[in-house]
Amino acid sequence: MEYISLFVKSIFVDNMIFAYFLGMCSYLAVSKNVKTAAGLGVAVMFVLLCTLPINYLLNKYVLAPDALIKGVDLSFLSFIIFIAVIAAFTQIVEMVVEKFAPSLYGSLGIYLPLIAVNCAILGGSLFMQQKDFSNIGEAATYALGSGVGWFLAIVALAAIREKLAYSKVPAPLKGTGIAFITVGLMAIAFMTFMGITI
Amino acid sequence: MDSKIKETILNPIFKGNPITVLVLGICSSLAVTVELKGALVMALSVTIVTALSCLVLSLLRNTIPMRVRIIVQLVVVAMLVILVDQILKAYAYGIDKQLSVYIGLIITNCIVMGRIEAFALGNKPWPSFLDGLFNGLGYGAILVIVAFFRELLGSGTLFGLRVIPQSFYDAGYMNNGLVILPPMALILIGCIIWVQRGIQKDLQEK
Repeated sequence: MEYISLFVKSIFVDNMIFAYFLGMCSYLAVSKNVKTAAGLGVAVMFVLLCTLPINYLLNKYVLAPDALIKGVDLSFLSFIIFIAVIAAFTQIVEMVVEKFAPSLYGSLGIYLPLIAVNCAILGGSLFMQQKDFSNIGEAATYALGSGVGWFLAIVALAAIREKLAYSKVPAPLKGTGIAFITVGLMAIAFMTFMGITI
Repeated sequence: MDSKIKETILNPIFKGNPITVLVLGICSSLAVTVELKGALVMALSVTIVTALSCLVLSLLRNTIPMRVRIIVQLVVVAMLVILVDQILKAYAYGIDKQLSVYIGLIITNCIVMGRIEAFALGNKPWPSFLDGLFNGLGYGAILVIVAFFRELLGSGTLFGLRVIPQSFYDAGYMNNGLVILPPMALILIGCIIWVQRGIQKDLQEK
């Protein structure tokens, strides 16, 4: 039951995009059509689900105070360790996908390496450190929930932007400007989930 | 050469602003703009990290193999961010807590990586340093503008000092609670883009 509550909470209440604005750059850049948006969403979800538990273990058994050697606090190294895990993992995913699923690689190709510098992934690991999960199951649930939330958000925005192409927008607002305002309004809608306890 | 340096300095502030034109580094810019103080610290940190990492990577640019450059960049940037974070923890603990994960997220701030990839890897150290410095400042400018409006309209204060006099409140003026909520930052940036592209017509998208 706890897991379901955490899962739902991380999708809607703590949505990566609408509550914390993580992964905004690629979110705005890649949301011009639904198909590529969904591809990137799945890739982010997958990388998040895989790196967050790894970083959880590293955080618990290596970086936390007194974890590795008594009296040594390595937590100042967490940024560099987390980003190294994420970069290495994206590299591996890229190589595996290229080798075994060339067609998927063709459609995702450019976005895969970009995931290494997606704030949502590193942000997930940093929030995990802050939230102090008690076991790896919770960390994985949180990762899956945030990933699903990110996926939903990017698909929703892409669908809206596809429709926006047919509407009359003031010239200076076209493209980026209206996308910002759209995301703002979507975020206000998502705020209705705030404070809900499940 | 002189005019080139001048362009390096002026371009990122207005015509090639990282936030409003290139749409880079949005993630952190939205969450830290509730108050001017946090926004200023964030702007300063990003400027320092961008400028120094551009300088370092420009010095290293002929020795880094192209294939592993991303990871080398990340290591250099992460090291600088750790330095900034430790300094903030030591001298401004309250602000460091308030900015929470967003200081760490400077590592994945697209401005840093973007400027390294687009400029520092192909230019001499001094112009790269200037490019990083002024891109950081261009980012900071937007941050400060957004934070100014959010703090003024949302809490009636600037830098924590009361600006709107008490008599206004007595007369029925109310703080706009909506402006403090994160979504308004997005809408404010949208408005800044609107104004900027209204002035600079060639930036408009079709």
